[in-house]
Amino acid sequence: MTALGVSHFTATSSIGRGLESTLASLRAQRSGLVPCAFETVTLETYIGEVPGVDDVRLPTALQRFDCRNNRLAQLGLSQDGFTDAVAACAGRWGRRRVGLFLGTSTSGMLETEIAYRSRDAASGALPARLDYAGAHNTYSLAAFVRAVLALEGPSVVVSSACSSSAKVFGAARRMIAADVIDAAVVGGVDSLCLTTLYGFHSLQLVSRAPCRPFDLARDGISIGEAAAFALIERPPQSLDGDAILLLGVGESSDAYHMSSPHPEGRGARAAMLQALAGAGLTAREIDYINLHGTGTPSNDGAEGKAVADLFADRGQPVAASSTKGATGHTLGAAGALEAVICALSLRHGLLPAGVNTRQVDPSLPFEYLCANRQRPIARVLSNSFGFGGSNCALVLGRAR
Amino acid sequence: MLMAWIQGIGLLGPGLSDWVSGARVIAGEQVYSPRPTAVPAPEGLPPAERRRTGATVRLALSVAQQAIAAAGVDPAALPAVFSSSGADGGICHEICQTLASSDRQVSPTRFHNSVHNAAAGYWGLATGATAASTALCAYDGSFGAGLLEALALVTADAVPVLLCAYETPYPEPLNAKRPLPDSFGVALVLTPAAGPNARARLTATLCQTGVAADRLADPQLEALRTALPAARSLPLLRLLARRESGNAVLDYLGEQRIAVEVRECR
Repeated sequence: MTALGVSHFTATSSIGRGLESTLASLRAQRSGLVPCAFETVTLETYIGEVPGVDDVRLPTALQRFDCRNNRLAQLGLSQDGFTDAVAACAGRWGRRRVGLFLGTSTSGMLETEIAYRSRDAASGALPARLDYAGAHNTYSLAAFVRAVLALEGPSVVVSSACSSSAKVFGAARRMIAADVIDAAVVGGVDSLCLTTLYGFHSLQLVSRAPCRPFDLARDGISIGEAAAFALIERPPQSLDGDAILLLGVGESSDAYHMSSPHPEGRGARAAMLQALAGAGLTAREIDYINLHGTGTPSNDGAEGKAVADLFADRGQPVAASSTKGATGHTLGAAGALEAVICALSLRHGLLPAGVNTRQVDPSLPFEYLCANRQRPIARVLSNSFGFGGSNCALVLGRAR
Repeated sequence: MLMAWIQGIGLLGPGLSDWVSGARVIAGEQVYSPRPTAVPAPEGLPPAERRRTGATVRLALSVAQQAIAAAGVDPAALPAVFSSSGADGGICHEICQTLASSDRQVSPTRFHNSVHNAAAGYWGLATGATAASTALCAYDGSFGAGLLEALALVTADAVPVLLCAYETPYPEPLNAKRPLPDSFGVALVLTPAAGPNARARLTATLCQTGVAADRLADPQLEALRTALPAARSLPLLRLLARRESGNAVLDYLGEQRIAVEVRECR
């Protein structure tokens, strides 16, 4: 594929509001996971909650979009001058030539969950205040962000569970390659709700402790929430050496099971291979992998096998970690959040540790980082895999 | 420019039991007599998996299988774009009801079937397709969004693609918030070159604002078009049903439209 510029990016999660605090947390190897005291949830688990989401107020004209997910989106958009960068981009290319591709798994679901507690006793009707299109529908996220950013290009939500906001990079790439647009806002916003907390619990996939990806004693995920955005553009003729590029995107399906990965990581391997091929790189040229690494025994096992297979003939094992021990699994926002973490890694030469992991599974074929490492790196791979066997891998790199 | 050849079509909706018979109605050759959409059981799934599928997945798989059969292509090698304005409404209702009760034990099967990409997941299980699949939503513009994504795949990557757009109604009380009168699904197999089963060449562009979407002459079909997001495809389907070359304007996002041009293969 033709490399694309990642000209601006931002992330808000339990480890930080915006890039500066996110980077500070990564440098300090700080986890944002705390014992769950969310809403009325009574599960014994840890969550990566973003502080202050309830205090966010949406613009007056956009009140119909008010819900936790869109408040988190608003909070995320207001960091790091992102909206100004989008306005400048729209000025360069035209509003109709900037696409919007966002990932979410549950969008405003929490609003409907709460509304179901106050149904009319006689008719069963939901309260009048619930706005389905603005605050429940999967697309409400993109409808809201499109209005905030005043974009007029193609706009869509990708909702393929935990690969959603990695796949948006692929959707943007195709639309740019097909010359429908010149630039795109991509990202993911997923917020805490009862469906995912109780749903993953019902599948016995949630840990009681802060999640420990790739630990011998790993026993499940910790759910988090995040808003992460990036601006993707046709690169200018001359690039700053510090510029971050999207080099490759790989997407595949497991065709194996609705909620378990293929045990050998077949689909994961195919996605990574395709991303490398798109970037014109071999496994040897990857300096760091931000693993999907959710912390469940089967997910990490399958991903480990896929990486082992693909990265077997490197002289030196590849450095890798999952940052979900810090942020929790932010589901539909994970792909974009981890892409932004990778961009920070490239910019600052920081290979982030997988926090919480104490005893690394010795069968792993890569060097799992339990402490931060500081060295210049040029190319990184980021994995995102989801329910329904939906896999996506991204390759990001520095211009020089 | 976004361009592809249409190789196969699948259709299911109220009074439209498949593409072959539905096309006669949409073309105006037969009187439209709506009756509730009947969705057949999906093919290819192991019995245990088939039992787990909800109405939305069955609808999506059914129209996708029709389009694949008409195109005569191997589904295992085909990237797929699934687009819907909502996931399974019945499952959403059941989960919300459970979460509002004192006992919040969500069914694990219901939970993994609640994801927006459930149809894409089951499609993989039914066909063994390991190529990329995606699951999109653009509310009432979901057909247009799916069409743009599928055409971008064909145009940018020169690969054949399955596009499947579909909706099933919510039960009450969600139905009052989002009324969808019945189920409707449409699927297209799109290819970068004209194959032996090519019916027409399709191109699409985003319209300038202020252009109105095409309407259908039959008031009941027109009501279907405006009531169900996947049925926003009907002006395009009418050209294909009549085997006519021509242009159509489809609803997309809010006041935005997509202009499509169809050139029949002769």
